[in-house]
Amino acid sequence: MNTAVQARLFAESELTVRPVIAVQGLRTAFGDHVVHDRLNLTVYPGEIMTLVGGSGSGKTVLLRTLLGLNPPAAGTVEVLGHPLAGLTPRERMGLSTRWGMLFQAGALFSALTVFDNVALPLRELRTIPEDLVRDVVMSRLAMVGLTAQDAGKNPSDLSGGMVKRVALARALALDPELLFLDEPTAGLDPVRSDEFVDLIRALHRQLGFTVVMVTHDLDTLLALATRVAVLAEKRVIVCDTVPEVLKVDHPFIHSFFLGERGRRALGDLAPKEPGNGKS
Amino acid sequence: MHQNPHTAARPAQPLRLDSGVCVVAGDWSIEALLARAGKDARWDLRDIGRLDTIGATVLWRAWGERLPERVRLTDGQRDVFDTLARHRGEPCPPEPPTDRLGWIRAIGQAIFDAAHHGYVLLIMLGQLVLDFGAMLARPARAPWREISAQIYRTGAQALGITALVGFLIGVVLSYLSAQQLQLFGADRFIVRLLGVSIVRELGPVLAAILVAGRSGSAITAQIGVMRVTEELDAMRVMGISQSQRLILPRVVALAVTMPLLVIWTDAMALLGGMLAAQAQLGVSAEWFLKSLPDAITLTNYWIGVAKGVTFGVLIALIACHFGLRIQPNTESLGRGTTASVVTAITGVILVDALFAIVLSLLRI
Repeated sequence: MNTAVQARLFAESELTVRPVIAVQGLRTAFGDHVVHDRLNLTVYPGEIMTLVGGSGSGKTVLLRTLLGLNPPAAGTVEVLGHPLAGLTPRERMGLSTRWGMLFQAGALFSALTVFDNVALPLRELRTIPEDLVRDVVMSRLAMVGLTAQDAGKNPSDLSGGMVKRVALARALALDPELLFLDEPTAGLDPVRSDEFVDLIRALHRQLGFTVVMVTHDLDTLLALATRVAVLAEKRVIVCDTVPEVLKVDHPFIHSFFLGERGRRALGDLAPKEPGNGKS
Repeated sequence: MHQNPHTAARPAQPLRLDSGVCVVAGDWSIEALLARAGKDARWDLRDIGRLDTIGATVLWRAWGERLPERVRLTDGQRDVFDTLARHRGEPCPPEPPTDRLGWIRAIGQAIFDAAHHGYVLLIMLGQLVLDFGAMLARPARAPWREISAQIYRTGAQALGITALVGFLIGVVLSYLSAQQLQLFGADRFIVRLLGVSIVRELGPVLAAILVAGRSGSAITAQIGVMRVTEELDAMRVMGISQSQRLILPRVVALAVTMPLLVIWTDAMALLGGMLAAQAQLGVSAEWFLKSLPDAITLTNYWIGVAKGVTFGVLIALIACHFGLRIQPNTESLGRGTTASVVTAITGVILVDALFAIVLSLLRI
């Protein structure tokens, strides 16, 4: 990872490229419980933005807010050039064909087969002829490493890893510009987890979409993330490449990245300061 | 308890076996032991075979949450007390004071909740009318597969239970009425009595209550589980209208199946009534069937069918409404399903009363 080049790239893109996601002054609250306050976040085209934070820091809530599933209490959220507040149904419909979401547990429609699950977003457009739908679905399934035999199965017959693959195929059905991943490797064994990370990386390289990902897993983060946004104290305290994030002095960053596990995963990236690992 | 050799003159032997009876006597509290041992007593716990944290807590509390100055412990025991010292635990928060006016608040909350349910149901109904209009405008886009699946599930599969219950109610009603009618020698009125009460009142309400319990709960649970598995969120992200894909097919299906089930239940109840009348009053089946058209006017029949459609729409709407409100946890799922069935049955009976009032005002 050439971080210097990357850093310059993002410094430049800040001036020239229109962001895919622009969140400003976001405030989210459930009753009296404030989850986010004055939160800002900008995501540029083509990057893999990773959201990390402690339990209850509102990573998934932020993801849901970006998808318009949680209306914010204050602030503006702009996704793919559209402010999410006050979207007309037609605009919302248009937006939903340009993004895809991989839910943590897959959220496959249990009443539909694997094939129908992946075909659903295509059929929902009502403009694609059925034989084209069939070809696209089979190519999507091949893309995520599933065979034609799997297409007829019901979601309840699939293993956890396969559910994630089908869900990814469904999220990618319409060639989205923006892909949201909620804990993509949670619940997978280490081998499956590595395979899934490789799959996402390969697809990202081939299809060039932008990714916003929530993860707890340092290995996944280091393998995929181009930038990391750290959620703490109800806002994004730092949003930068991994080496830059490591320079920030914050208890969460210390415990997350520079704990024993973190140092093992970081390897050469870990700053050389022995004895400061675990508090 | 560990005996302290320094205490003199024990009042009674704490533990003795007296002709097969194990007699336990004396003060067995640790405070008593402490009082006897004094503050600067030396403690030796090394003879304890096993000490868990609960047993240790008894000593620990008696010691005032610290180790006495002179104590002999094994290493394992020291670890146990170290664990206690490290995880002291915060004191339990005091229980919140009981709210004396809580019941008033609860009543108010219930009223607001009910008003909110009504408001949301009204919005759903409005959206449903719009969706139904859109469906009629473009029939090719309607979710026909889902509708037909729902018709099969809520209609065809409900034939058995509605037939059984309808038949039995017909038999019971016929027996009871026959007894009364025999008193006045008005046997022939059994047809009119059964016909009007079943076709106009009992058939629709009976079918509706069965469908509310059977299909209403199924719809609520199904939609609720979709919330738990995030399928509802996935639909929204994919831009699929919940109203068109979930609510519309279920409402249309129940609006189709309910009147059919009402007619089916009517027929079965009349059959039961007819057989019972034959057995009790000797009214022949032939005569019963022949005089049935005179007893039941077409108006009564249509009222029953109209009630069926109304109840079907009502049950489906309430079931979908409670299904969509379910939170992603098991308790909410159970509560939502119960609330859905109870509300649907109450709603059916309320609307039935409304029908009765309006029809009597119209003198039908």
